[in-house]
Amino acid sequence: MQVPAPFEYARATSVDDAIGLMERYGDTARLVAGGHSLLPMMKLRLANFEYLIDINDLHGELGYVAVETDQVRIGALTRHRELLESDALAAVLPIFRDAERVIADPTVRNRGTLGGSLCQADPSEDLSAVCTALGASCVIRGSGGTRVVTMEEFHRGPYETAVADGEILVEVRIPVRERGGSAYEKVERRAGDWAVVSAGAAVWLDGDGLVADARVGLAAVGPNTTGIPAISAALRGRPPSEELYAQAGAIAADSCDPVTDQRGSADYKRHLAKELTVRTLRRAVARIAERG
Amino acid sequence: MTTVQDAGRLTTFEDNDQKPIGHGRMLRKEDPRLVRGRGRFTDDIKLPGMLHLAILRSPFAHAKIISIDTSAAAALPKVKAVVTGADLAAQGLAWMPTLSNDVQAVLATDKVRFQGQEVAFVVAEDRYTARDALELIDVEYEVLDVVIDVRQALAPDAPVIRDDLDGKTNNHCFDWETGDKDATEAVFAAADVVVSQDIVYPRVHPAPMETCGAVADYDAVEGKLKLWSTTQAPHAHRTLYAIVAGLPEHKIQVISPDLGGGFGNKVPIYPGYVCAIVASIVTGKPVKWMEDRSENLISTGFARDYIMRGEIAATRDGKILAIRTDVLADHGAFNGTAAPVKYPAGFFGVFTGSYDIEAAYCSMTAVYTNKAPGGVAYACSFRITEAVYLVERIVDCLAAELGMDPAELRLKNFIKPEQFPYTTKTGWVYDSGDYEPTMRLAMDMAGYADLRKEQAEKRTRGELMGIGIAFFTEAVGAGPRKDMDILGLGMADGCELRVHPTGKAVVRLSVQSQGQGHETTFAQIVAEEIGIPPADIDVVHGDTDNTPFGLGTYGSRSTPVSGAAAALVARKVRDKARLIASAMLEVSVADLEWQKGSFQVKGDPGKSVTIQDIAMRAHGAGDLPDGVEGGLEAQICYNPSNLTYPHGAYICVVDIDPGTAQVKVRRFIAVDDCGTRINPMIIEGQVHGGLTDGVGMALMEMIAFDEDGNCLGASLMDYLIPTALEVPDWETGFTVTPSPHHPIGAKGVGESATVGSPPAIVNAVVDALAPFGVRHADMPLTPSRVWDAMRGAPQPPI
Amino acid sequence: MQVSMTVNDVEVSEEIEGRQLLVHFLRDQLGLTGTHWGCDTSNCGTCVVWLDGEPVKSCTVLTAMAGGHEVRTVEGLAKNGKLDPVQEGFVQCHGLQCGFCTPGMLMTARALLDRNPDPTETEIRQAISGQICRCTGYASIVRSVRWASVHEAQAALDATSAPESDAADEAKQAQEVSS
Repeated sequence: MQVPAPFEYARATSVDDAIGLMERYGDTARLVAGGHSLLPMMKLRLANFEYLIDINDLHGELGYVAVETDQVRIGALTRHRELLESDALAAVLPIFRDAERVIADPTVRNRGTLGGSLCQADPSEDLSAVCTALGASCVIRGSGGTRVVTMEEFHRGPYETAVADGEILVEVRIPVRERGGSAYEKVERRAGDWAVVSAGAAVWLDGDGLVADARVGLAAVGPNTTGIPAISAALRGRPPSEELYAQAGAIAADSCDPVTDQRGSADYKRHLAKELTVRTLRRAVARIAERG
Repeated sequence: MTTVQDAGRLTTFEDNDQKPIGHGRMLRKEDPRLVRGRGRFTDDIKLPGMLHLAILRSPFAHAKIISIDTSAAAALPKVKAVVTGADLAAQGLAWMPTLSNDVQAVLATDKVRFQGQEVAFVVAEDRYTARDALELIDVEYEVLDVVIDVRQALAPDAPVIRDDLDGKTNNHCFDWETGDKDATEAVFAAADVVVSQDIVYPRVHPAPMETCGAVADYDAVEGKLKLWSTTQAPHAHRTLYAIVAGLPEHKIQVISPDLGGGFGNKVPIYPGYVCAIVASIVTGKPVKWMEDRSENLISTGFARDYIMRGEIAATRDGKILAIRTDVLADHGAFNGTAAPVKYPAGFFGVFTGSYDIEAAYCSMTAVYTNKAPGGVAYACSFRITEAVYLVERIVDCLAAELGMDPAELRLKNFIKPEQFPYTTKTGWVYDSGDYEPTMRLAMDMAGYADLRKEQAEKRTRGELMGIGIAFFTEAVGAGPRKDMDILGLGMADGCELRVHPTGKAVVRLSVQSQGQGHETTFAQIVAEEIGIPPADIDVVHGDTDNTPFGLGTYGSRSTPVSGAAAALVARKVRDKARLIASAMLEVSVADLEWQKGSFQVKGDPGKSVTIQDIAMRAHGAGDLPDGVEGGLEAQICYNPSNLTYPHGAYICVVDIDPGTAQVKVRRFIAVDDCGTRINPMIIEGQVHGGLTDGVGMALMEMIAFDEDGNCLGASLMDYLIPTALEVPDWETGFTVTPSPHHPIGAKGVGESATVGSPPAIVNAVVDALAPFGVRHADMPLTPSRVWDAMRGAPQPPI
Repeated sequence: MQVSMTVNDVEVSEEIEGRQLLVHFLRDQLGLTGTHWGCDTSNCGTCVVWLDGEPVKSCTVLTAMAGGHEVRTVEGLAKNGKLDPVQEGFVQCHGLQCGFCTPGMLMTARALLDRNPDPTETEIRQAISGQICRCTGYASIVRSVRWASVHEAQAALDATSAPESDAADEAKQAQEVSS
């Protein structure tokens, strides 16, 4: 089995302590939580750091799912398994449970975290698509204080986020509006694989049953997780229907930039972008009705 | 999305603990240590002063080595040695023979010929330091053009890979043919119906969960080498090391400890083993080499990689007349196939399948490419996976062409029971078979007629459901000495049985378990013959110092060859016991009756002696009959007279999501006929495992390369193996057609399911896609590739 | 650096490198070779152990991360030499062949039954979906876990009914004596 190059291990006792350690060690240091993105890369020696700052002890501070009246706040150190198992979260944002069922595998989900996934910013990573579909914001803390950025601002490119050196993502906030539904679907070649394509959709209806807002986030269709404003624009004010979903699907296919690789051809991925957008929009709307 | 049928909660279980004296369901003797984590696998071995070896491998598929600077690596603290190809060449050790009479570099000297080829090695005090030291070795390469597309290997301007071979000016490896070319051409020319199909069996890899490795411990004072290694053939390896390393054979001990799976991956001698031996000699310490998973996938024996064109000729009413095939075989950079020497294409000659036909012919060209060596691995029964895939795919293509049900087409053409022993048009003598009952049982278990009804109904709604059938006859148990040898070593296997004074016994085997339960099944074989309970019979295997010579475990040969040896040696012991019993009971031998565990006087059941009594008498005081020596043991070397020919009928049901093209295996019905069944629990396990291989190969496994020769299947993230969510609950059945020439009629079953399942699954997918006019689609049938087929443009994988 | 943790109920304290992976600590330093490794990319699951009672892939956990925590390996499943019901189930239902993936499967199975004593076959397949077996084809592993579930439920029933039957016996004896 491959093993990492030498590094020093440090353990943070609090968020402030973690920030202090990052300031001390500079860009030769990296935070590690679940470690299931970082450690494999280090074992293959694709990434090398002189210091690893273990923030797992911050779970007390940063591991929570707080469902409030108009928002859901999720701590960055919340484990995938906790997101999957949270009934409170599933009741209001079922997209999380849909996605967590197909993220990695149960054993990895015991360790991996929301923050870790978002900060890794792999273009095939599912929670970024989920948070994009939900219009989430990211709360980042550094020695200078705390700031909040939108998902669009947070996700800068493949493996690149708005979190600067010396900063740590602490929380993700998701607005909760009435008459909302959400869903996620992933096509993978095999359980636990990265997505060939995934899509997450969130829909809110107004009092007349028309679309008040709709958002779709895709994964694995290009260098960035794609939120698609054109879909939101096309759907607002319209009644939900198969024709509407098909229209959204067509926009999704046109808006993405997939590459042909071992997971599938670019054409197939475009097709999936369309197909999964349709399916998740349909399911999201159905869930609004189910919740009454 | 993976949706799995909820099959509920099982609450009743098969009684696997029937405590048979002989054949029957019996719990495994291996399990007590393995479930406690007390197995002893090669990486578990720790010796005092042991050092660790790591191998530097080429990042390029084809490149000249200009220079290697090992000084920084050698200077790293805790590094004990750094060795290059030049160092080995000085000792005549840089090259070694392969199992196919080719040569392979232990460490590259002039150039590297596949990505991942061994270039240098480091020996250090711990594995982390060894890995660090690899980074410090500086190799200057001159990158050369590559040969990756096998169809271009013989192009006039193709770079020559094997310029190490005198006078080699192209990438041609060998040509091979079998059957009657002219007779076959005549039949094709006159036939009503001819169907032709290009069929690729992509490169795949056995990928056992335990990678390959070795611990070498050379004692310079004794001049003795002790080598633990992941080998399926310890005796064959020992003899080869003696020849390659120039060490006297009686001074080499090869021990195969517990193996975490083999599947043919652990048959070849890999450069890493030789490096470990050299390192131990050089450092004077035990040296361990365990490859990591990327090394396993990128450099050890791959499987398949046959580009086949299949043709089938038939009458309009479905009588198959002839089968013809032309094959382009990719053998990688060195010809390392592990097959009997006279069979460079293994047993591919059984591509005529289970059908009574008039003519057959195969032409094959094998070439070198800039990829890892191998070819025969992953439960292929020496290329029978390729042969069965070919015939079962083109038979289905014929069924589609004729508009005939694929089950009916097969039933119409099966070799009939009265035709056995049956000599095929390529010269193979099938020992026994009764195909129709096996096929009908599978169809009954599947509810075949109902499935076709369901399919018809679903098709009206645009739902995609497929039913795939595969019927196979395979040939295992290599093999007769007159025909079969590997590097001059005959494929007969020895067996020794000794009964102790208190009636317990030990049987020593030449074959090597990698999980198939030999410690249990061989005790059962012996128990069946001499009536000593299996719990009282110890099975010893894997150590050349205390087991008889034999060629090892692969090609499902353990039961047909070593199992025969075990039965026969037990009968030898029983025959001797009979003589002793006659003296003890003071009757003639003719008056004795064997009652599985005791000899009785005919007509006088009160007068009997148990085998335990006899064992004590054999070792004790008192007279023995004239000519009978003390002790109760025997030894045998069994030369099989023929291979054995298991068969099976498999039916697979798939559903395909029309929107995403994802394939779900809903059901799989497998009816196997492996002759006499020694332990049905273990047989079912062997079948289940092989069926899973089939799902893997059919739907997701492939070792792919990019155009520069970079291996794209070098990790388990890229080389996908099925999990529990991709496979159904298997439905298995059996028929029994004993082998007439095997002492207990057993045929072997280890590879049957790997052989028979890929065509069943591919046939099911193609069947599901029939509404799209699909006649063939190549493995692996990933969603993207199924989608291509649905749109009328199925792509070969290479 | 120094690290201390509890492994199979025993406190251990050892000198390690920061980069050492937990699987190597367990195997090479503590000699607990029941836990295996089989890949480089956290896919195979032959390294699964418990960290604070939860299955984790020990090839993707630093030894240092486990410092101050509790680790349990397959060697810590049997109690007083008696096999855990999941171990017994694997033996009874042929849930292992080569045994290499088995320790990891056992740890996951035990954790599953601790949380979900009567899982469906689907739930069992999902629980082991991060671990690869090349030998068994998984159906027998599913059966093995169901065997353990059924037999644990039966044992629990037997345990709860025993005191009552003892009391009933005493009452019966008392009656016989008096009559």
